[in-house]
Amino acid sequence: MTIAAPTPTGTAVFADDRIPPRGVVASTIRFVRRQPVGSIGIVLVALFGFAGLFADFLAPYNPTANDFTAMTEAPSWAHWLGTDQLGRDILSRILFGARTAFVVGLTSALVGGFSGLVLGVGSAYFGGRIDLVLQRLLDILMSFPLIIMALAVVSIFGTGVHNVIAAITIPLIPRCARVVRSSALAIREVPYVDAARALGFSHSRIILAHMVPNVVAPFLIMLTSFVGQAILAEASLSYLGLGVQEPVAAWGLMLQGGAEEYASTAPWIAVFPGLAIMLTVFGINLFGDALRDVLDPKLRER
Amino acid sequence: MKIAVRAALAIAATALLADAGQAAESPKRGGTLTYMIPSDAPPSLDGHRETTYATAHTAAPFYSVLIRINPDNPASTTDFVCDLCTEMPQPTDAGKTYTFRIRDGVKFHDGTPLTAADVTKSWQEIVFPDEGLLSPRQSNFMMVDKIKAPDPTTVVFSLKYATTAFLPALADPYAWIYEKAILDKDPHWYEKNVMGSGPFKFAGYETGQSIEGVRNPDYYRQGQPYLDGFKGIYAAKQATRIDALRSDRASIEFRGLPPAARDELKAALGDQIAVQESDWNCGSVVTINEKVKPFDDVRVRRALTLAIDRWNGVPALSKIADVRTVGSIVFPGDPLAPNKDELTTIAGFGTDIEKSRAEAKRLLKEAGQENLSFEMLNRDVDQPYKYVGIWAVDQWSKIGIKVTQKMMPTGPWMETERAGNFSVDLQANCHAVVNPLIDVQPYLPSSVSAQNYGNYEDSEEMALYGKALHETDPQKQHEAMFRFAKHVMDTQAHKLMMAWWYRIVPYRAYVKGWKISPSHYINQDLATVWLDR
Amino acid sequence: MHRYLVSRVLLVFPTLLGAAALVFILMRLIPGDICLVRLGSGGTSFSAAALAACHAEIGIDRPWWLQFLDFIWGLARFDFGTSMWSGKPVIQEIASRFPVSLEVAVMATLIAIAIAIPLGTISALKQNTWIDLAVRTFSIAGIATPSFWLGIMSILLVLDLTQAISGHPWMPSIDYVPLWKDPIRNLSIVMLPAITVGYRYAAVSMRMTRSAMLEVLREDYIRTARAKGLLEKIVINRHALKNALLPVVTVIGIEFAFLIGGLVVTEQVFNLNGIGRLMVLSVQNQDYTLTQALVMLVVTIAIVSNMLVDLFYAWLDPRIRLA
Repeated sequence: MTIAAPTPTGTAVFADDRIPPRGVVASTIRFVRRQPVGSIGIVLVALFGFAGLFADFLAPYNPTANDFTAMTEAPSWAHWLGTDQLGRDILSRILFGARTAFVVGLTSALVGGFSGLVLGVGSAYFGGRIDLVLQRLLDILMSFPLIIMALAVVSIFGTGVHNVIAAITIPLIPRCARVVRSSALAIREVPYVDAARALGFSHSRIILAHMVPNVVAPFLIMLTSFVGQAILAEASLSYLGLGVQEPVAAWGLMLQGGAEEYASTAPWIAVFPGLAIMLTVFGINLFGDALRDVLDPKLRER
Repeated sequence: MKIAVRAALAIAATALLADAGQAAESPKRGGTLTYMIPSDAPPSLDGHRETTYATAHTAAPFYSVLIRINPDNPASTTDFVCDLCTEMPQPTDAGKTYTFRIRDGVKFHDGTPLTAADVTKSWQEIVFPDEGLLSPRQSNFMMVDKIKAPDPTTVVFSLKYATTAFLPALADPYAWIYEKAILDKDPHWYEKNVMGSGPFKFAGYETGQSIEGVRNPDYYRQGQPYLDGFKGIYAAKQATRIDALRSDRASIEFRGLPPAARDELKAALGDQIAVQESDWNCGSVVTINEKVKPFDDVRVRRALTLAIDRWNGVPALSKIADVRTVGSIVFPGDPLAPNKDELTTIAGFGTDIEKSRAEAKRLLKEAGQENLSFEMLNRDVDQPYKYVGIWAVDQWSKIGIKVTQKMMPTGPWMETERAGNFSVDLQANCHAVVNPLIDVQPYLPSSVSAQNYGNYEDSEEMALYGKALHETDPQKQHEAMFRFAKHVMDTQAHKLMMAWWYRIVPYRAYVKGWKISPSHYINQDLATVWLDR
Repeated sequence: MHRYLVSRVLLVFPTLLGAAALVFILMRLIPGDICLVRLGSGGTSFSAAALAACHAEIGIDRPWWLQFLDFIWGLARFDFGTSMWSGKPVIQEIASRFPVSLEVAVMATLIAIAIAIPLGTISALKQNTWIDLAVRTFSIAGIATPSFWLGIMSILLVLDLTQAISGHPWMPSIDYVPLWKDPIRNLSIVMLPAITVGYRYAAVSMRMTRSAMLEVLREDYIRTARAKGLLEKIVINRHALKNALLPVVTVIGIEFAFLIGGLVVTEQVFNLNGIGRLMVLSVQNQDYTLTQALVMLVVTIAIVSNMLVDLFYAWLDPRIRLA
């Protein structure tokens, strides 16, 4: 359940410094050569993203339809990845599950990220009492056990996609705010911000024009890793029965309850959704690493 | 008629038990039984106080009771025998007085002799608890007037009226006999401590992890218990329990596992696994909140029950969920339960589902509810709530009703029921000793039964119930009970009986001497269990 | 420094109070209460009188503000009360579950260190080679794999493998014994959970080691050492690794603090009777006192370790404490 940030600082593998060719195809080739691992990540993410987006057309079966005549069937031509204990087609559920995963992952990351951005930059810019109070509030949210928060949210509002997103988003906010705040603090005192203040520019103008651009790089990198973490958190919560609700197709849910009961007689029920989670998050992390290489000037120099 | 039903039941029971194949072997002494308790730590060890089976599976081996279901024939719903008494009494005073003689020479584990005073005190705590003391099953004993011990070997129960509901209620598996001296000093003592007269002595308890007992050498039944001791290990998670049985880390789990687990274990281990199965005194029931429109309209309620194809759906469901038998609100194995001819006259239990559904659609149309849609409240538990829920939603869609499910964790689910914030709710009704007259209490009108969340009043129903409760002639009582059931399930359609649960206990074949019963609460003292190794 | 220290320490208290208020409110917002769970979870019926008796016995019929004051006053005296579920002192409930969680956490940390530091170092030294690529893939996979899934799969694998080899399926014992009572059985129980937790943990630390090493390797004193003609082994072990370890140790320390409260899923998978499972259980049972105490425990560990890191960095970097 620890969804602590993977505090990653990595560099590109096989960085290539030759002179860049021109054109779309050419620049794609250049990117692939510079970031071969990152490209694999992008391909994986795109693949699952595509699956989620076009699940309606791709899925061979209705992902929620029970079929009591085809329960726990092994992978076959009719059901490529087999069926679960209610006779539902696992491939179809994985395709639709991709949609759930990205909806949960992106929404949590974006909402959590932007709330964190606003709070972090605001806290750093205004400083003083506002900063002090905000930091304490964020401390509380950050140290509060996610599982208790999730259990409470689910117990109060019931299970369901929205509530899962809420439970996952809350702990992301303070983590983002902290990182953004420290990046923003570093530039608060630089001469041009002082100059802008002396010139009497409005708060919003200074914040938007000068502070935000400077925190964009760490922010985007963090946002990417949040997507992966949110997908993992959703899986964990669903496994504990606190996540998305049956019969919605979601990877974590597919691993809960039945999957474990049938693990030894019908392993495909548990194996494929797990692989889907792993590959997606793997792809997102590879992509995040590549993004860091591109965005972080300090790393680019190397 | 009645005899035929009983005979059929007896045959069915024998067939189910055949798998156990343990008839004529003579028990071996020794060994320690390791079993799984399918829950987390129970709130307390005090059976008088708790309702969870976790308490029974934890502490029953330490205690004796006054009477019980015959441990050698626990599948029966009428075979009651003495534990601490010497002989099952014939009631006197027109069926209103029961006099029990208490066994001689029974001792508590601390050496104190057990007398009628201990029995009386324990029972008084259950039936007439002191102010502020919790006794959840108190309402099962509404017929009891007085409990007295005229001398150290005699206990007398006086009833307010004669009823067949008394003996089954008295065989309550939680009615453990405690030491009077201890209860007098501290009525809460037994919540955290153990002091009984049962086959095993307390040997250790690790909250949430395990309970251990050792053989009581002074047990009053010669030769019993056969085991040197036992160890119960708590494991709320089903996969762990199945894995533990498979790897022989534990020999048995007494509550019951779903069919998939039985098949998996059988497939992996063949003859090393034995299985006992039984109908379970737990039913999945849909409760309709009649305060909510349009469910105040009996036509809508009847349409809901007519839409469900029980005869085809339940057998399919039984492959994945622990349900199996189609039945009325009375436990299917009991003499008071309707036979199949009677059952098929109840709405939604007919054999022609197309006809039923046509009728359901007609009723909906008549009520102006052709486009009915609602949310069904359900408990966030896999077996069998989730499965039965998914099935019900599917069945209602066949007559054009759109239903979604709202699953909630136990506490919030119950609060939602109590607050009446639902229209339709999938519940379970679970009981220990089969005692239909008591077991149907949750179906009595809301002003009588706090547990009925249907929010309706129905004086006719009460009159029908009264007749069945006070009738002592078996045949007439059977008929009275059927009229009551038909009223609740059909005429008024207050309750939609979905399916009776099915108890499947797969275990290591070397465990002998334990027999399955229709309840996971009873027959847990382990005195007759032995290991063939 | 003194003023910074005092103010930083004092700031812990409002945060703790806030967390206490938050858990108190959250728990009471959950519909229902412990008595409903206790009496009704078996599906049996009970009377309204029984419910009222239970409420009075536990004391949740009192007004909420009185319960809150009780809770805060208890915290101030380090008295956490008794569990509403079992009636036992909360301290005792937690103490009996703590050893398992602690042991898994320590073992996972040891595994993580044993994997992360050598692999991270090699990865940095062989930057941009196939070794680096393999190590980084292994590490990202560790972050991407749901640990509960890894757990389920590993139990299954052990059962199936042992059955295939010996005909008798085997799995580790299911009831925990302390290390000093039966070390072999104890280790067999803790091993799988520690590996599944440790893998993710190792992955995080490995990335940290690698980047810290890369950073250090570019420092002037390493160049000097190399220029002086010191053996590469000495340069790495004596100079580079020593300096790179500082941030790594910090990450390991912070992660460890969160690990104790973060074992929830793993304990569930392996049926370990630890703090994580107790936490889920206490919320499900709506055991207010126990949940409150557990949350305060986890929050305190997190806040204090956070504070220590802050103080540590302030000591390293004077600019922070002046800001």
